[in-house]
Amino acid sequence: MAIELKDIENIAHLARLQLNTAEKAEALGSINNILMMIDEMRALDTAGVEPLAHAFEASQRLREDVVTETDQRAALLALAPNAAEGLFLVPKVLE
Amino acid sequence: MAWETVIGLEVHVQLSTRSKLFSGSSTIFGAEPNTQASLYDLALPGTLPVLNGEALRMAVKFGLAIGAEIGKTSVFDRKNYFYPDLPKGYQTSQLNHPTVGRGSLTITLEDGSTKTIGITRAHMEEDAGKSLHEAFPNDTGIDLNRAGTPLLEIVSEPEIRSAREAVAYLKKLHSLILYLGISDGDMSQGSMRCDANVSVRRLGETTFGTRAEIKNINSFRFVEKAILVEAQRQIDLIEDGGKVVQETRLYDAEKNQTRSMRSKEVANDYRYFPEPDLLPVVIDDAFIASVRDTLPELPDVKSQRFQQQYGLSHYDAQVLAADRDTARFFEEVAAKSGDAKLSANWVMVDLQAVLNRQELSIAHSPVAADDLAGLIKRIKDGTISSKIAKAVFEAMVAGEGSADAIIESKGLRQVSDSGAIETMIDAIMGANPRQVEQYRSGQEKVFTFFVGQVMKESRGKANPAQVNELLTRKLKG
Amino acid sequence: MADLLDQGIASLAKSLARKEISSVELTKTYLSRIAAHNPGLNAYVTVTAEQALAQAATADAARARGTAGPWAGVPFAHKDIFCTQGVRTACGSRMLDNFIAPYDATVVERMRDAGLVMLGKTNMDEFAMGSSNETSWYGPVRNPWNTDLVPGGSSGGSAAAVAAHLCPAATATDTGGSIRQPASFCGLTGIKPTYGRVSRWGMIAFASSLDQAGVLTRSAEDAAILLQTMAGFDPRDSTSVDLPVPDYLAGLGQSLRGLRIGVPKQHFAQGLNPEVERLIRSALAEFERQGATLKEVSLDNSHLSVAAYYVIAPAEASANLSRYDGVRYGYRCDKPADLEDLYKRSRAEGFGAEVKRRIMVGTYALSAGFYDAYYIKAQKIRRLIKNDFDRAFSEVDVIMGPTSPHTAFALGSKSKDKDPVAMYLEDIYTIAVNLAGLPGLSIPAGLLNGLPVGLQIVGPNFAEDRLLNIAHQFQLATDWHTRTPGVAAASRGDR
Repeated sequence: MAIELKDIENIAHLARLQLNTAEKAEALGSINNILMMIDEMRALDTAGVEPLAHAFEASQRLREDVVTETDQRAALLALAPNAAEGLFLVPKVLE
Repeated sequence: MAWETVIGLEVHVQLSTRSKLFSGSSTIFGAEPNTQASLYDLALPGTLPVLNGEALRMAVKFGLAIGAEIGKTSVFDRKNYFYPDLPKGYQTSQLNHPTVGRGSLTITLEDGSTKTIGITRAHMEEDAGKSLHEAFPNDTGIDLNRAGTPLLEIVSEPEIRSAREAVAYLKKLHSLILYLGISDGDMSQGSMRCDANVSVRRLGETTFGTRAEIKNINSFRFVEKAILVEAQRQIDLIEDGGKVVQETRLYDAEKNQTRSMRSKEVANDYRYFPEPDLLPVVIDDAFIASVRDTLPELPDVKSQRFQQQYGLSHYDAQVLAADRDTARFFEEVAAKSGDAKLSANWVMVDLQAVLNRQELSIAHSPVAADDLAGLIKRIKDGTISSKIAKAVFEAMVAGEGSADAIIESKGLRQVSDSGAIETMIDAIMGANPRQVEQYRSGQEKVFTFFVGQVMKESRGKANPAQVNELLTRKLKG
Repeated sequence: MADLLDQGIASLAKSLARKEISSVELTKTYLSRIAAHNPGLNAYVTVTAEQALAQAATADAARARGTAGPWAGVPFAHKDIFCTQGVRTACGSRMLDNFIAPYDATVVERMRDAGLVMLGKTNMDEFAMGSSNETSWYGPVRNPWNTDLVPGGSSGGSAAAVAAHLCPAATATDTGGSIRQPASFCGLTGIKPTYGRVSRWGMIAFASSLDQAGVLTRSAEDAAILLQTMAGFDPRDSTSVDLPVPDYLAGLGQSLRGLRIGVPKQHFAQGLNPEVERLIRSALAEFERQGATLKEVSLDNSHLSVAAYYVIAPAEASANLSRYDGVRYGYRCDKPADLEDLYKRSRAEGFGAEVKRRIMVGTYALSAGFYDAYYIKAQKIRRLIKNDFDRAFSEVDVIMGPTSPHTAFALGSKSKDKDPVAMYLEDIYTIAVNLAGLPGLSIPAGLLNGLPVGLQIVGPNFAEDRLLNIAHQFQLATDWHTRTPGVAAASRGDR
């Protein structure tokens, strides 16, 4: 199943990646190659096979409802590219 | 041409766990921004989720309360989209295998009739943080304290047919979650949020019209108004030859209108897939049984019991059972006063009026159950009349003390001394010979005139039963 | 001092215990060797000299007091995928070039608690996506056996550092072969444990259901020691397994008599360099000499493992890497015009080409209309692959074959190609093991034209002890694991 340039543009938008014209062309070529390799898998009849999400089948462990975290705002906010008044800042979002 | 509104509600309920759904951060409301946002909440590289068992128990508790199928294996999925208040770039939610499957909720409408609304599912997911658009001129501030707070999203079938039904459904849901103790249900703090899917169709049609989704309505009153105004918008649109488009709309309470959210126009492709950092949640019968053991008596069952045990009417029993605190208060008053019907009346009418006036919940009632029972006892044993009781009650509300203390200090004790009442009656009969004559010639309704005069003379304190008896005897001559 | 650099963890620990050398001296020796040889290899991206010397001094003090653990004071390196508090943790990416981790990974914590001395952080393919260590923002790593060649990837920095004696051992991670293939290319022992054996807390995610931490060492004995230190249940990782960890070192003395070895015919098929095959077959003969029996097994769906992997891993990665958005940490583009611009440029500039490519493939595989055809299909293949192994392990105790179809290839020879598929096929023998969650190990099994060839040994779940013992028995009888590349030899001559 080959994809087209508009698919690349859609995927890049969903993944929030800015691509220039050359990058789009490169992505189109290489991703189509990858999809061709993947398509080999699609030829196999897998009717009745249960999908496997985890290699071992166990069930989720439950955590006790206890507050274990303390306030680390100063240290964590220091990692942010832009922060003020205890908040992370992004360019103004218009609703 | 008659129209019918078709409504489905999606209600997000914040579960009142101490810590978040997948991390050990506190969930307390109102903390300084980002002081309750830990490594995982901030989606730091390498951090991993572990499921809060209490959140799961709360979800199962809700499922059991609505008679739902409990998903023996529920699966968390990643719902992918970018937004600054969503740190991981995906929301952990449940798509195909929710914890709570199909159930139902029975609502009581204003005319006393009931209707059962199907609940499609209730799934667990994490809340997003908050975007603060007003704090800075050119930036939006992000506070991630709320990010990761556990939510239960309760999705109804499109079986609600009017704004009033929608409100009744929400109130019932609200009552239920408070009963279960799984949320504080505080809409003003966003603990309960509602999205409404609204469409209209001509009465008698069997297929659904195109629906619009109204987002984030934050009070019962707004739910009703938003649905009414949106349904009318759609009807007007169709009647003018237009077509409803499927879209997300926002209710503007100030203008009382809904408007399209243009920012959401681009079709989202959430690319759900099973969250690989979490394993399937397997719930066994023992787990379900242990949760079932913690279920309180639920409103409908309690209402039944109130009717049987206390002889209350269906309506009274429903009203008292709807709120867990009210029901508890009533039962305490009834037990201590020994008169359930009087207790029901006082709690539903007099006390409720005070609570409404003072905007208080029954948990903060200015009159304790014990004190209200004390008052009712004095009505029952004839110490005071019902009428005097109202005055005593107002004094109790004003904090003047117990019923007995107020009765004593104000001298409100009912006059049950037949000699004193007889003296009063004799004087009144002497002063009103014409009315005595009328009564004796067969106009028995003058009787009430005499009762009124005696009560006036006694300033309400005369025992009404005694007054009746003595008056009858004396007037009959 | 020359001999010192040849020693692995086990013998260094003995020297330290006997106080023939102090940890500070040992650490200084390694630091000066790193200073001399790292520029040519680019194996380390960060050298934490100051902290290392402080840790070494602490270990020496503990030893003087008699409170030191058995491995205290032994130096090693961490792959730069593990979060190390206060030390840059970049994961081979410009995106995290400025990221000073605010916490320690569980693996880091356990190594520190054992008193091991971290010399620095090793180079790697960006977000562990690569098989040659050429996708790193910090530039390619060179193979110490021949600096024109790649060391393999994604744990290429760890492999090169151990092979060049810039540390006695290093941590690594393996999502599709990232420990075993560099072990093969650099002549090392590398073990990827069973999924869930080692905690992933603090290990930066590539593909969550496949990622697993392990080690690169010069011997099975050293691997046993380090794995013992790292492994075990961690309540912070929901996929961590709560099972006791056997005493790996104590399990190294078992005879291989009666061991049933499965030889998958698909791993000896077209595409395998015949000389590599010859060396692998002679290694198998050594096991027969020790009393093991060989049995051909069939992994029917192994030819689909690369295809299934390149749906599942990119799909998981596409979501795992969404958090890199320029908001809370990491790279942010200059002067974003609006939110969309902030996201799109930060991610476009912060990620390299291969990472972007995989994010896009994963995004596509999960997108509306394709989910069933790609993602669900791949998960079904994943089950078939696991079933193949389960069937094989009902007949044999372990499975053996080549780790890679060939020896290390030239820098740029595959990455310059516009077709990434050639690079993806590098992991043809290793990927299925990750899909099935099984433990896998690679040991040196010969030299071809002066370059190491690796033998892969795969076991059933939690059979790490079995794999380590088998590798150790092989290493007792052979000396391939003691062979060292020129750069190490040259430097010995210098002294």
